[in-house]
Amino acid sequence: MSLIELTAAQLRDGLAAGRFSAQEITQSLLERIERVDRSVGAFLRMSPDAALAQAAASDQRRAAGRCLSPLDGIPVALKDVLCTAGEPTTCSSRMLANFVPPYDATVVRKLREAGLVLLGKTNLDEFAMGNSTENAALGTTRNPWDARRVPGGSSGGSAAAVAARMVPWAIGTDTGGSIRQPAAFCGTVGLKPTYGRVSRFGVVAFASSLDQVGPLARTAADAALLLEVIAGPDPQDATSAPVAVEPYSRTVAEPLESLTLGVVREQFGAGLDAEVGAAVERAIGTFQALGGTIREVTLPHSGYGVATYYLIASCEASSNLARYDGAHFGYRTDEAAMGRAVADQQRQQGADAADDDGDSGLLRMYRQTRAEAFGPEVKRRIMLGTYALSAGYYEAYYLKALQVRRLIRQDFDAVFGQVDLLIGPTTPTAAYCAGEKLDDPLAMYQGDLYTATANLAGIAGLSLPCGFTRSGLPIGVQLLAPAFHESRLLRAAHHYQQRTDWHTRTPELS
Amino acid sequence: MSLTRADVEKVSLLARLALTPDELDALTVQLGEIIRYVQQLGELDTRDVQPLSHAMDLTNVFADDTLLPSLDREQALANAPKRDAECYRVPAMLGDESSR
Repeated sequence: MSLIELTAAQLRDGLAAGRFSAQEITQSLLERIERVDRSVGAFLRMSPDAALAQAAASDQRRAAGRCLSPLDGIPVALKDVLCTAGEPTTCSSRMLANFVPPYDATVVRKLREAGLVLLGKTNLDEFAMGNSTENAALGTTRNPWDARRVPGGSSGGSAAAVAARMVPWAIGTDTGGSIRQPAAFCGTVGLKPTYGRVSRFGVVAFASSLDQVGPLARTAADAALLLEVIAGPDPQDATSAPVAVEPYSRTVAEPLESLTLGVVREQFGAGLDAEVGAAVERAIGTFQALGGTIREVTLPHSGYGVATYYLIASCEASSNLARYDGAHFGYRTDEAAMGRAVADQQRQQGADAADDDGDSGLLRMYRQTRAEAFGPEVKRRIMLGTYALSAGYYEAYYLKALQVRRLIRQDFDAVFGQVDLLIGPTTPTAAYCAGEKLDDPLAMYQGDLYTATANLAGIAGLSLPCGFTRSGLPIGVQLLAPAFHESRLLRAAHHYQQRTDWHTRTPELS
Repeated sequence: MSLTRADVEKVSLLARLALTPDELDALTVQLGEIIRYVQQLGELDTRDVQPLSHAMDLTNVFADDTLLPSLDREQALANAPKRDAECYRVPAMLGDESSR
């Protein structure tokens, strides 16, 4: 079997047995990327020489009996929203096209300390805002199963890279579904851990109360291995949870307890594609065959999830993205050109036409810098958030959304008193065509219908492959667990994958 | 409550975004649609519901009061679009029409 087909767990065992070297693994993946990434576009940046050097160092450590961890020498890809010291971190935005962070994100540091080889940075919707990776300013990513379709987003590059066998696993971030939704569209496993399970230090902020880092992989067992490396409290992130990390890689393979799975009635209503619904029903049947008990439950406020999510996420984004001021780091407009444009305008309109609202060179620089460097979706969300936080609207929108957020959380608290996990579709449809929803933000936002509520409540969620449409597109089933029950979530997914082979299929790419 | 072009223009100033006339037109329509959509939250009676701003119940997370390494000046300034020796360089805040 070719090295690119091996899971991370198989690579770990092969390295330990001396069947191949870390350099051979990295070399195989680099060749695969060279061959297929022209048509997929998963990676924004590769550093083959640096990756091979890391692999060589890993081989030396292993030869000397000084492996940093059992995963020493296994490559990983990073969504380009995680800071890497001395290497560009762009968020696929013109704003950060030349930004070179002075430090590593905690997750990146942990990966390095475990000896993983950092293969490259993957594409995303600009600042992780989107669910198609079409809002990316610095690259175009296609679905490996059908180049006319989107890979999902915002972690679209990470999902596509894993699905196309360019890397065994990758890191993504999930604010409203940005790990689980592209995992479903590309046919991979994607885990959004509980809020606070993984440090956000060095992860470029989108919506701080919702953002969470997590793994994308081909198997739940691999996701468990990677989560074990990156999880844990971090003094650099005061919102990281002081909760001990479980040995997920061990608990994932333990016998499956008799679980009660809740099926959310609201998730099988209008808007759900029939083929997706049928595949998820079959997955529910498989879980019954695995000894699970199915109980129908209700999340009465889930229909308000998308509206609540877009208000809260946009408000937090408008505040977080205020840091891009053209002064400290990132893009800055050409002020000489800007000055000439302003002078021209004033000549045309007469001197009195100058904006009198605190007009100054500094303010004009801010506004022009941000106008030139942010893409349309980022601007839309900054505008929505600024509006919803502005005087006179704060109570009606932001505060209201926070109250509904509590109702959504209480819905989950109530159901998790009755069931161990929730099961349902990850997305309303399989991957859609590029361009299809780009001019209709509200239609795009509906793609987060089943995923965003988990971020609002802070609970853990996972998507795993459960079938294909007749046209050959992957379908994802979502499992949700109470906070800090990743172990149960991963174990259920692992046992499902022992019974099914959806995750072993590979897209045909030339 | 509907959104006017003047509202959008005012918000663009608060958001520190310069918008072209075309962007103003498009955003007036799009934000208007989004605002109408999110107004569905008004259907819910939330009079006695405490807002939930954060999913975790943590309060007052303290760090040890110890000195740790931090970025030195060169590192902090390394990404500055414009600098002047030890400072970030920005356009004049008051009075001066030229943006330097």
